[in-house]
Amino acid sequence: MSRVPPEEEGAAPASRYAERGLSRRVSDVLFQRPETTIFLVAIALIVYFSIRNSAFYSYTNVITMAQYIAPIAVIGAGEVLLLDLAEIDLSSGQVYLTAPWFVVLLTRRGVPLGWAIVVSLLGCVAIGAFNGIVTVGLRVPSFVATLGMNYVLAGFVLIASNDITSDMVGTTGKFGKIFGIGNWSEGLWGLGIVLVIWGLLKGTRFGLHTTATGGNELGSAEAGIPVRSVKIWCFVIIALIAGFIGILDAIRIGSLDPAAPGLNEMLSGVSAAVIGGTALTGGKATVLGTLIGAIVLGVLEDGFNLIGISANWFILVEGAVILIAMGINVQLGRMTARTIT
Amino acid sequence: MSDARPTDSPETGDSVERDALPSGAAIAIDARNDAVAQQDIVLWTEGITKRFGALIVLRGIDIQLKRGEVLGLVGDNGSGKSTLVKILCGFQRPDSGRIFVEGKEVNFHSVKDARSHGIETVYQDLALVPQLTVYQNLFLNREVTRFGRLGWLSNNKMRRLARQYLADIKVDVPSVDALVETLSGGQRQAVALARATRQEAEILLLDEPLAAMGAKESALVIDLIKDLSHNRGVSMIVIDHNYTHLFELCDRLNVLQDGRITYDQSVQETSIEELTELMVAEYRRRVTAGQRELKR
Repeated sequence: MSRVPPEEEGAAPASRYAERGLSRRVSDVLFQRPETTIFLVAIALIVYFSIRNSAFYSYTNVITMAQYIAPIAVIGAGEVLLLDLAEIDLSSGQVYLTAPWFVVLLTRRGVPLGWAIVVSLLGCVAIGAFNGIVTVGLRVPSFVATLGMNYVLAGFVLIASNDITSDMVGTTGKFGKIFGIGNWSEGLWGLGIVLVIWGLLKGTRFGLHTTATGGNELGSAEAGIPVRSVKIWCFVIIALIAGFIGILDAIRIGSLDPAAPGLNEMLSGVSAAVIGGTALTGGKATVLGTLIGAIVLGVLEDGFNLIGISANWFILVEGAVILIAMGINVQLGRMTARTIT
Repeated sequence: MSDARPTDSPETGDSVERDALPSGAAIAIDARNDAVAQQDIVLWTEGITKRFGALIVLRGIDIQLKRGEVLGLVGDNGSGKSTLVKILCGFQRPDSGRIFVEGKEVNFHSVKDARSHGIETVYQDLALVPQLTVYQNLFLNREVTRFGRLGWLSNNKMRRLARQYLADIKVDVPSVDALVETLSGGQRQAVALARATRQEAEILLLDEPLAAMGAKESALVIDLIKDLSHNRGVSMIVIDHNYTHLFELCDRLNVLQDGRITYDQSVQETSIEELTELMVAEYRRRVTAGQRELKR
C-alpha cells in the first residue's frame, strides 16, 4: 500500500504522512471503523425484509422492534464498558430480571411505588458494586464472580416469589405510559441510555480511562489512573442501567416470570456488543456498533417472524451472523494494521 | 580523577577510605563551596546502599547528574544498575544514603513521590496504551477537559497541543490520531519520551531505551534524547548494554561494579576499548580472587 519502502520506516521526514490521498483516507475511515461490517449487515437485512414483507416497515412493527431492541442495546452498552476493561458481567441479564421483582416485593410490603423503584435501583447499584469489589478486591475473575452473582439472584427470585408468576406494579396511568407502556417509551429510554453511555465512553475522562485500563492496566496505573475504582464504577453502571430497563420492560409486559433465564438476555447484549466490533480482550469498544448490533438482532428476530420462518431458524441464523460478522471484523482489523504500519 | 581509581588502587584501601568518610561528604562539600557547581548538578546521591537479604547489591553509590547531561550507567548483569534506577525512581527505598534533587534532600516513598520531584522513568512498552491514539497517550491522566467536574474531553485542544509539542521536539508520527499499536518501536519510544518530558519531567531515567530496535529506529530515538537534553535541558540517566549506543548517546559514563561506581569519565576522554578492558580486568580480578580463596 505505502509508497515508502519499508526500510525507511520511522526515520522518514514529516512530509511523508501528509501525502495521503482522499481515497486512501476514505478507505482508512471505512476499514478503521469497527462498526462498518455490522452497519452494512443491518442495511442489507432491513432492505431484504422490507422487500419480502411490507408489514416490516409499518408503524406498529417498528414500535415492536424498538421494544425488543431496547433492552438488548442497553445491556449491550453496559457490557461494552466491561469488555473495554477486558472484563465481563454475566449477571447483567439476571439483574435486568431481578430489579422488577425488587419493586414488586417492596410494594407488597407497603412501600410506595416511587420509593420501591428507587430502592430497587439502589439494590442494583449495590449488586454492581459487589461484583466490582469481588473482582478487583478479591481478584476473582469477573467471569466467575458475576456468574456466581447470576445464580444468587436467580435463586433469590425463585425463593422470594415461591416460584409463582406475579403481576407487575405501576402499569397504570401516566406513570406507566412514561415508564414502559407508551409506544415509544422503552425505545426512547433505551436510546437515551445508550447515547449517555456513548458520550461517557467517547467523550469523558472516565471513558478514556476505562479504555486505557483495558488496554494496559499496569501502564494506566503507572500514569496514576485509579484503575480499581474505574472498574468498580463500570460494574455499578451496567447493573444500574440493566435494572432500570428491566423495570421498564416488566411494566410494559405487565407480568413477571420467576423462571425466566437471565443468561439469555445477557448473551444477547454481549452478542450485540461483539458483532458490533467490540473486542473481548479490552481496549477496543464501540457503543455505536453495539446499538447497530442490537438492531440487527432485533431485525432478524422480527423479520423471520414476519416472513413466517420459525423461531428455531432465528437461533441458527443469529449464530451464523455472529460467526460471519466476527470473521469479517477480525480480517478487516488485520488488514488495517497492515496498511498503516 | 578516575585514571587510577578503578583498577590500579588496591581494592581494600579504596573501600576503607570510602567507609571512613561520612558518605559522599566530599561531594557535598565541593558542592557547597562551589555555588555554580551546585546549580549545575540536578541530582546527586550520597552513599546509597541496598541489600536483599545476604546479598549486598549497592555498597555506597555516589553519583552526580548535571543539568542537561546524559549519564550512562554501564555494568554487567547483577552489578546493581537496575536497583539503583529503581531507587532513584521511588520504586524501592535504599537501606541508607541520601538523595538530593535540585540541592534539596528528598525521600521517595513511591514512584508518584519521585514524579512530583520531576523524576520520570520511561519504559518502552509498559507506559503506553496501544489501543489509544498518540495524543490520548500523551495526555493520559492529564487530559484537558471542559465543563469542570464532568470531565468532558477537549479532544481538539489536546490534538493541537500534541501536534505542536511533537513538532517542537521533532518527533515524527503518522498522525496524532494514529493508534499507538500501529507505530514502530522507535516511534513508540519517542511518544513515551515525549509524554514524560511534556509533563515537565526534568530528570528522565531510561532503562534500555534502544532495546530491540533497528539502526534507523535507534537513530531516531538517539536524536530525540540528544535534542531533549541539549535544547530542553532535560537530564537523563541511561542504562544500556550496547557500548556503541552509549557512546553515541551519553555525555558521561559511570561504571558500576560490585555495587560501587568504579569509573567516571566523559565520553570524549574514554573509549569503547578502555571500557571493555575495564570490564574484562574486573572479571579477571574476580576470577583470581576466587582462585586465591580456593587455595586458602
